[in-house]
Amino acid sequence: MKIQMSKGTRDLSPKDMASFRLIESAFRDSCLKWGYQEVRTPTLEHLHLFTATGTLTPSMLSKVYSFLDWDGWSGERVVLRPDGTIPISRLYINSMVKEKLAKLFYVANVFMYEATGKKTRERWQCGAELIGAKPPLADIELVMLALEVLRELKIEGIELRLSHAGLIKSLLARLDLSAEEQIGMFDRILDGDTKALEKLKLKRPKLEKTIDSLLALKGKPSGFSEELKGLFAEDLPECKPYIENCARIAEFLEAMGYKYQIDIASGRGFEYYTGVIFQIFKGEEKIGGGGRYDALITLMGGKDMPASGFALYLERLMALIKPSALSTPQSPRILVRAEVARAREGFEIVWRLHKAGYRAECYVGVQKEADFDWTLDIKDKSPEFILTNQAKKRFKAQTTEELLAFLGK
Amino acid sequence: MNKTKLKIALPKGRLLGDTAALLERAGWGLDGYDEQTRFYHIESKTIPQLYGRVFHEKDIPIQVAIGNYDLGICGSDWIEELLTKYPSSALMKVKDLKYCEGVLYAATSLVGIDSVNALRAMRETTRIASEYPNLAESFAINTRLKHFSVFPLWGGAEVYPPDSADLALVGGTTKDLPFYGLIPISQVLSISACLIANRDSWKAKELNKMVAPIEKALMPQKAAPTLKSLKRQDTKTRYAAQNKDVVRLALPDGHQQAPTHKLLDKAGIRLDDYPSEKGNRRPRVNLEGVSIKVIRPQDMPLQVANDNFDLAITGRDWLTEHLCQFPSSPVKELADLKLGRVKVVAVVSQKLDITDIRDLSKSEQTLPIRVASEYTNIADRYARDNRLNRYRLIPTWGASEAFLPEDADLLIENTQTGRTLAQHNLKIIDTLFESTACLIGSKRHISSPAKKEMMDSITKTLHRATEEIS
Repeated sequence: MKIQMSKGTRDLSPKDMASFRLIESAFRDSCLKWGYQEVRTPTLEHLHLFTATGTLTPSMLSKVYSFLDWDGWSGERVVLRPDGTIPISRLYINSMVKEKLAKLFYVANVFMYEATGKKTRERWQCGAELIGAKPPLADIELVMLALEVLRELKIEGIELRLSHAGLIKSLLARLDLSAEEQIGMFDRILDGDTKALEKLKLKRPKLEKTIDSLLALKGKPSGFSEELKGLFAEDLPECKPYIENCARIAEFLEAMGYKYQIDIASGRGFEYYTGVIFQIFKGEEKIGGGGRYDALITLMGGKDMPASGFALYLERLMALIKPSALSTPQSPRILVRAEVARAREGFEIVWRLHKAGYRAECYVGVQKEADFDWTLDIKDKSPEFILTNQAKKRFKAQTTEELLAFLGK
Repeated sequence: MNKTKLKIALPKGRLLGDTAALLERAGWGLDGYDEQTRFYHIESKTIPQLYGRVFHEKDIPIQVAIGNYDLGICGSDWIEELLTKYPSSALMKVKDLKYCEGVLYAATSLVGIDSVNALRAMRETTRIASEYPNLAESFAINTRLKHFSVFPLWGGAEVYPPDSADLALVGGTTKDLPFYGLIPISQVLSISACLIANRDSWKAKELNKMVAPIEKALMPQKAAPTLKSLKRQDTKTRYAAQNKDVVRLALPDGHQQAPTHKLLDKAGIRLDDYPSEKGNRRPRVNLEGVSIKVIRPQDMPLQVANDNFDLAITGRDWLTEHLCQFPSSPVKELADLKLGRVKVVAVVSQKLDITDIRDLSKSEQTLPIRVASEYTNIADRYARDNRLNRYRLIPTWGASEAFLPEDADLLIENTQTGRTLAQHNLKIIDTLFESTACLIGSKRHISSPAKKEMMDSITKTLHRATEEIS
């Protein structure tokens, strides 16, 4: 009989966890090498942390897991963290505000309702945030960090899609939409409605040319920047710095041999983005993304700080890696089988074997010899220690010292 | 679910008249479903497999969503209240029946707040009072309020702004839009009666055949009202901010009014309009430095916890309900007023061969035990404390005794004599506690000596009057 689980949740089996840890450690190693420090924020946060900044779209906010705490009589709700960046910004404001530069990373679960129950509602992210550094170098560093992690994980065929929140907002500002409509349209783009701009075009034929040229950017290969600058100098001069910003990142990607697309209309992500937005794809699957959020810390009540960050989606990476190609060789595994009277000594030997770098465990009546490199029998009579390998080759010893000396070879 | 039987949940209250007339025109021949109905169970003279049950309107979407009923008729406000929180529930809207139309507004009486934009610019937390907490939260999110809290209410939302809440979600029919001195700043929802169905039943039982005569019997309709067609109210009715020395006392509405009035009278506390025939919720009192509002007793503990009232007369049942939800709440009982003595009991059907709550988990039932109650937090704690095996809470809004045995297995309910329960073939298997009316206040420190003195005086006077009456 299977016990029914809560919809949209999954177990991580030993095999899954092995993949999970491989990804996590590749991510941690790269972050540490780039000078990032690990942090962890609570799973529970106040709902108003996410509503106060106006930084999550209403459609995302309607999917958060919120409830009244046991002391929540004021009606203020708490949520299971739906996002990683906002809590990190809070942590920065609360306890690191004097630091001019904060390079932080985390591995955390985020929670978001998903109606079908086919996708998980609890998702794991590897995220990095760079607070205090300006574009474009900081953004490029983050892209490089993300790509390094993927390279370490031997995930190939990566493609980047670049967009720019400033560019989307400038365009919307030109479409004489009301403030409400502008926000609504931006939300739709951020919620992944890639047709949103096209629909707008039908309604406003006069703007067709501008929207067309913007949509035409989708999938434009390298060397786009000069062409773009020309296009927009006339129609949207205020967009020049945004385009240059995208172009710098594009140049780096090109020089490093990565594939990329410019896809302005698909800014799927979070409303807190103010600058470049990048999304990382493997085939049609998005495996990570990030962007610049210069206004977020001010909106949350902190000082004016430039910031950007990204997250890689752990479960999606788990499906892509080949653990066997990534695992480092492990030390031999030893099963220690002591006669009843010598059980205590058996456990002591296990300790000493661990100290010597072996994987070792005591026999609890169930393990199979075939799963171990060596089996060590501890007998009452001489020879007291018999070590047998899988090829049935035996080594006999009288003392633990003798035994360890042998294993030390 | 019985495949041959067709179960419909019918509303009582404001929708009853029009609904009964519509179903009559549709030829359903419901026996005894009219304004005088005293029955909860309704049968049809023309459709033998039809089984109807009369509910409080608010219960109907829940009953249909969980599959206890195949069809239901209720206001779209209660449907949206459910769907906005649980969009993937098995509830489907079949047809807008276009009667009892009205509008649900977000309204305020705060000075200077006359639009959603002005509300959004507020620096402090926006407190929203509503019988529709889910719609209120969704309104706050969609209008991008930065910092808000929602006070869920049992009723009387209109009396909360501006001192006890910043915004209220209030509904009314188009004929009689009650503004109560509030300014509507946004239309949250158009309300009208709707026919709903359980999605699984709809497919399995071919309910479209049942519904066709109803659609034919609908009356032609005029256009729904909009916010623009409404006149703004005079802003002179807004209230001034209250003095910190004033004691804010909450008195109960509903059937608690008469005994409360008698007690206050005995204590020498005279009110000009309580109980009020016009529905006045702000009667004046002969005590200097005391301001009174009439609200639902169910809502009082939460309001006292939030420092919107200093004193309130409610029932111990509602205080307990509040403390079950928020164990560290500052609300406490100041005096037992010994009125309206009831027992809060655990009830099951007489058909069930059990005498103890623990037997309920031992039965061979594989489905979750359905626990119905107006007191959801008391019921939840009771179920947990008694280690009920896998249970499901069904919140109800009155007439809960009719839920057993079909629509629930266990009921947590109050009873005076137990007679009504016995009439419904129910038996009491446990008594949780006794409840009487009580005066409640907060453990919070009171900084104004004048206010403290007045509160102590009211507490003593009521205590003395209680002793005299009993």
